[in-house]
Parts: sequence; C-alpha cells; structure tokens
Amino acid sequence: MPALTPPPLPSDDKRWKIVNGTMRKNGFSRSALIETLHTVQSSFGFLDDDAIKFVAQSLHVPLSQAYGVVTFYHYFSLKPPGKHTMTVCTGTACYIKGTDKLVAAAEKHLGICQGQTTKDGNISLMTARCVGACGRAPVVLTDGELQGQMSGEQMLAQLERWAVE
Amino acid sequence: MTIDELDQIAKTTQEENKKFDQEISVCMGTGCLSQHSDRVKDALAKAVESQGKNALVRRTGCMGLCAAGPLVLVEPSETLYQHVKDGDAERVAASLGGEPLAELQCNLREHFDQQVHVVLENSGRIDPEKIDDYIARDGYRALLTALNDMTPNGVIRQITESGLRGRGGGGYPTGLKWSTVAKSPSDVKYVICNGDEGDPGAFMDRSVLESDPQRVIEGMAIAAYAVGASKGYIYVRAEYPLAVQRLTVSLREARRRGLLGNNIGNTPFNFDVEIRLGAGAFVCGEETALIASIEGKRGTPRPRPPYPAMSGLWGKPTLINNVETFANIAPIIRNGGRWFANMGSARSKGTKVFALTGKIRNTGLVEVPMGIKLREIIETIGGGVPDEHTFKAVQTGGPSGGCLPAEMLDIGVSYDALLAAGSIMGSGGMIVMDDTSCMVNVARFFIEFCMTESCGKCIPCRAGTAQMHTLLTRICNGVGTMDDLRLLEDLCSTVKEASLCGLGQTAPNPVLSTLKYFRNEYIDHIVHKKCVAGVCNIQAPVEVLV
Repeated sequence: MPALTPPPLPSDDKRWKIVNGTMRKNGFSRSALIETLHTVQSSFGFLDDDAIKFVAQSLHVPLSQAYGVVTFYHYFSLKPPGKHTMTVCTGTACYIKGTDKLVAAAEKHLGICQGQTTKDGNISLMTARCVGACGRAPVVLTDGELQGQMSGEQMLAQLERWAVE
Repeated sequence: MTIDELDQIAKTTQEENKKFDQEISVCMGTGCLSQHSDRVKDALAKAVESQGKNALVRRTGCMGLCAAGPLVLVEPSETLYQHVKDGDAERVAASLGGEPLAELQCNLREHFDQQVHVVLENSGRIDPEKIDDYIARDGYRALLTALNDMTPNGVIRQITESGLRGRGGGGYPTGLKWSTVAKSPSDVKYVICNGDEGDPGAFMDRSVLESDPQRVIEGMAIAAYAVGASKGYIYVRAEYPLAVQRLTVSLREARRRGLLGNNIGNTPFNFDVEIRLGAGAFVCGEETALIASIEGKRGTPRPRPPYPAMSGLWGKPTLINNVETFANIAPIIRNGGRWFANMGSARSKGTKVFALTGKIRNTGLVEVPMGIKLREIIETIGGGVPDEHTFKAVQTGGPSGGCLPAEMLDIGVSYDALLAAGSIMGSGGMIVMDDTSCMVNVARFFIEFCMTESCGKCIPCRAGTAQMHTLLTRICNGVGTMDDLRLLEDLCSTVKEASLCGLGQTAPNPVLSTLKYFRNEYIDHIVHKKCVAGVCNIQAPVEVLV
C-alpha cells in the first residue's frame, strides 16, 4: 500500500494527540481500529462523525467499515452522554432480583427511555448487560461507580440529587 | 530468570512476610470495592500503625463470599471478618494477637469446607499487582520447569493426561486442542485468552483476572511453549476496568522479571502478551467472532472448519482457551496431570468455579470438585433460598443453558450430566430462582438477550430469535394460544439445527428446558390466563378460548 500522509488532527484539542498516540503505538495498523475507537470514547465520552472519519482515514479503513464496527459494538456511543449517567445492570442475577422494575421506575421518573438523555442534558439512563458484580445484585452504576443491593428509593434519591445540583 | 533466582525471590518475600506477627488481607475485588473496602484497608493500615501493631495490611483479590463483603482475613489465626466498615478498623487492630471480634466474625464453615481451591488457590491470599507475592506461592515454577525440563510434547502429554476440558463452556478436551495447534505447520502461531465473559450472571473470569492475573499469564506462556507460539492476546471485556488495570500492571511486572519477553528462563523461548478490549458484544465469546474482533472487525463468526487451530488470527494457527482453562495449567504442570485427573468425575476432571447468584443466601464465587451434587452447592455451600421462599429452579450455562427444577438437584455437576438434563455446564454462572420467578418470563428474558446479541449474519438466529421473542411475549401477556406454543417448539428446533454458531445453536435451550420441566406454567399462561409467580402482567382475557 502506498504511504499516504496522515490526515490533520480535527482540531487543536489535546485529546486528539492521545488518539493519535494509540494509533502510532499500533503502527497505524488496520487492526487497531477498535483500540483507537476505545481511546476516542474514553477521551471524548462518545464518537462523533468527525472522530470516526479521522480514525478511518488515519488507519486506511473504509469509512463504511469503521461505521459498521462502531454500530456493531454496544460499548460505543454515537451520542454525547449526559452530565451524569445512571446505568442499570440487566444481567440475569439482577433481573431475578427485579432490575426491570428499577429501569421502569427510572424511566418514569426521568420521562425518558433507556438509552436516552434528559432534554437538559443532565442525566443519561443506560442499561448494561451484566457488569459481573452479580453477588451484589441488583446493581447500578452511578457515573461509573458500582452500587450493589440497590433499592428503587435509593436510586430515585440519587436521581433527585443529580437533578437539583 | 532461572529456577534458583525464582526460589530466591520466593524466599525473600516469605521472609519479609514472616517479619510480621499478623497478616491482614482486605478483599479488593469489584464486589467488596463497591462497598468501599479501599477505605477499610486505609483505615486498617492507619490503625495498625497508630496502635504500634506489627502487622502487614495487604490488598487482595476476591475471597469469594460477595454477600458478606467487605471481607477481611486475619492470618495466621485464619479469622474472617464480614461486613467490615472503616469505623471497625481500630477495634480489629486492637484485637490482633488476642481474641477475635465475635460480632464481626464470619462463621460460615459449611460454605468453605466443601470447596476445593485450585484455580482460586491464591485468590484473596496475594496482592494481585505484586508478582513477588505470586512467586512466593510457587508462581512461575511451572513455566520454568516446563521450559528447562520438559519438551513441548511432554507438556501436552501432561495436559492430556489431566483430562482438563475447556472451561469456557464447550468442554472440548484441552490437550487435544493443544496438540492440534502444535501439529499445524506454521512459523507464526498465536495464543489467545478468551476473557469476553459476556454471559450475564457469570463473573468467574473477572474475579480470576482481578485476583490472580499472573496465573493466567503463566498458563498462556506454558501453552505458547507447548504449541510453538510467541505472541499472545488477552481479550477482556471493557466493562471490567479493574481486571484490565490489574492485567496491565501484571504484564509489566512479568516483563520486568524476565518472565515475558525474549529468552525467558535463559532458554530460546520468546513470548509476549497484549491486551485487547472487547466492546460489548456477547457473540465475541465465540472463537471465530473473537478473532475477527481482535483483527479490528465486526465480531461476526464464520463457518468452521477450518478451525482456529488450523487457521485463526490473521490466518495463522491459533490456540484459544478460556481464562479459567489457562488458570488450571500451572498447577497441572506443577503437580502432574495425574494429580488433576484424581479430582472430579469420570469424564469431567478437576474442579470448577461457579458464580453462585440469584435467590440464595451466600452469593459469590465458589470452587468445587466436579461431580459434586447441585444440591450440595445450593443448599450447603450456598445456604439455600432466603426469606422463607421455596426453591424453584437453578439456571446454569447462561443464555445457552437451561433451568433445572428441584427434582434434578441430585445430579452431579459434570459436562455430560448437565447436558443430559437439558442444560449445559457453560462458563459457570449458576443462578438460583425461587417461587417469585416466572419461568416463561425467564425464558423470554434469555431469548430477548439472544435476540439483541445475535450478530445478524445467519437468518435462523437473526429472525428465529426475534419470532421466538414475539411468541413468548404473547404468552407472557396472556394472549398466546396453543398454536403459538407449537410454533415456538418448531422454531426451537429450527434455530438450534440451522444456526451458524454456538449463540444461535444454543439460544433455544432456556425455552426447551423450561418447556420440559415447567410446561404447566406455559399452559397456565395460555389456557388459564394466570401467572403463578405473579410476574407477568396478564390483563383480563381479550379473547375467550373455546
């Protein structure tokens, strides 16, 4: 393959240098696509069109393929997350202990469906396919922090606290 | 690094530890950390110092009994404290050397006595980020012995003799897999550790990676030597940040000690390992899908043969084993294949780690010899169903497994017995359900999981699971008919027979097993319009059945 000049960084944002670092570490190999997308998501919180285009171009991966990978894996998000994120685990152990009710209660409280963010951009409600803390079911992640044996009241209280911040 | 040098490190570490009167281990696995065991550890360290006690406070991995966390183990008195708060630290420190604190003590002898720890032998005993702690407990002795005193074939012979079968769920004989890869002619080969534990309700691999990561790395290195590979990948879920962090540190430590890299143990053997993060796709637990994912592509499976043992990662012969399989390798090489084969049942050797969860008292991680009765795991080790509810079913094998009723509790846990009963061993999730669970709803839950996780490549799985989900939803809502049930059974066999990979082929298992053992609940929903468990929201019948 002819050596193509790498595309310019999308902006002055220093985080792009971190993204570039991941690609360089992997020798700009095509197989580094998922690794690089992970870096983008952990740096920016989500993957927007510019980011996907930049990564695809840098790694010489067709844009369609990059987009296909992004949409295939649940972990990648195309939308910016809210200021806070409530993630409810819906693994089997949590389901047996009634997390479907937690999800329904949170949906009702926030007026959004799972996977959405409140209109003011404050709170995102997500579900996870088992975070592996089944011994502490039912489990939620509040801004990524694991909380076990969660009751509906506790969860709603947390949502309230976030809402008035 | 030679064996003598290894011995020296082990001796130094042991002597360091002996300088202390007591060793206090604080569980810092994901479960206990979520209850702030990190604060407990800091508070203990402070209390020990301020009270002038000569005790070592150590961070460890999972001690197993997640229900009683945060857990603190005091040695040499082997006192286990449960539900320890940072406020208890002063009292715990004050009691060192005297009588243990009765009110904090965990007295679940029956929970621990029936267990046999091979994979978990170091879990909760060593600092997972300190390689010297691992070496002090015979770590890397197996690798250096294999490199110096055994031929690759000799290693494979021991593994074959041990009777070890793949712990990811399939149960394929590990020795046979290794010898196939070893025989595949190629100058480049790969070893992959499958840590994509997507199975909801299972956390054995997470726990092993968090508690004793060096053991997995050592197992991979021995495998690489046996099959002739020099490059390895560990594929871990991105949802397990602590496991990823501890693995990263452990790989660095192993390189620093010369146990990864070039000329390991002063032999011509080279091997290094890289971490690859999963991105939340259950199907990537399937080996060909996992390989596609490491290559940076969508994780869709491809038809086999050719098996990865012949043509895997980048078309090269590739050995893929599960985390727990690799965790078994070092003790087998250390103690010999025959030692391992002496444990377990006729065709399932050794021990198995189970994640015991759901409606059971002692939730957490247990390791038991194969062949143990389900009843013993649930009633004795697990402490039975709490809150005066009655046991209804135990689910093994995750979305690919089945639900077994009370009358099947006397079967011994082995690959063949579970398969014959209509479930599978799976990776080791074991979820107990009581009378508040509706089995039709449980079946729908699993089919919904498989429907969302189907990669969409083959039609039976993509369309079949969606149709099964529709039918099960109808039944749950009380609008299903007996024709729906017949169609559902038809679809089960189509999806099972015609799907491309394991995900689709096993997706109908939860439906088939609940139909086998809890058919009356389906009939209740369809004919009597009622849900005994009170889970399904059945409205007044919209159509009267004639």
